[in-house]
Amino acid sequence: MSAAWDDLVEGSGPEAREYGPLTRTDFVRYQGASGDFNPIHHDEAFAASAGYPGVFSVGMLQAGILATYCTDWLGAEHVRRFAVQFREQVWPGDHLVCSATVATKHDDGDARTVDLDVLVTRVESGGTAIKGTATFVVP
Amino acid sequence: MIDHDKVGLTDEVATMPVERGKIREFARSCMSDDPEYLASPGPVVPPTFLTTVNFWMSSDTSPLARVGLDLRRLLHGAQEYVFHGPPPRAGDELTFQTRVDAIYEKEGKRGGIMTFVETVTEFRDAAGTLVAEARSTAIETGKAAS
Repeated sequence: MSAAWDDLVEGSGPEAREYGPLTRTDFVRYQGASGDFNPIHHDEAFAASAGYPGVFSVGMLQAGILATYCTDWLGAEHVRRFAVQFREQVWPGDHLVCSATVATKHDDGDARTVDLDVLVTRVESGGTAIKGTATFVVP
Repeated sequence: MIDHDKVGLTDEVATMPVERGKIREFARSCMSDDPEYLASPGPVVPPTFLTTVNFWMSSDTSPLARVGLDLRRLLHGAQEYVFHGPPPRAGDELTFQTRVDAIYEKEGKRGGIMTFVETVTEFRDAAGTLVAEARSTAIETGKAAS
């Protein structure tokens, strides 16, 4: 069940969740599912020709992990907006931690919504992979 | 080389069926174990699922392809999905159209000019109602990474 209105507190969120270590197989599986076949995420020679030390994850993979982490909390049917900025790249072997906090609660009488700050952190480097915001309705 | 005259360019309107098996495959690839995606007979789509519109676009006519981005210098800068109600559901048939919304340049932190290309895809239901929008920001870096 998704979280109830009274349980949502500005500045708080659900328990963070760790994923990984991410593998090349995870990248390929996401590319097959999404239809984004940019070879920079699976072809080592292509990635090297672009000046990278090797293949790296698809940004939309960690965005998708973060998105479903959020819907686990507030419900798949309740999402109304999900927006991310891609910061650091994610590399094979990285562990990721997803977290979310309530930024603002809105109750205009007709509809109740929450705005969230959402984040994907790279465990090993401590860097930020994704910073974003999301809006959910809360029945 | 990015052609700045491509702002306002639109793709043709096309159709995308929303399929249960595709939702399950996509949710699993995003490491979700939510039965609402994996086991429901009529699941809604995960928040980033509409990226699979890739499979229903023609690579010849996709506006982003026609802008002329170099994959070796391409970074995904940002992505946004807006839903004007519950997300689309398995069994829905969506029509969609993509347009190039903006092209602009910024000085990169490590020198060189970065070119930003923003595209917007609108998704409509069978009645023609706008149900979702996707905004994508692609960045072409000044030179290949090194």
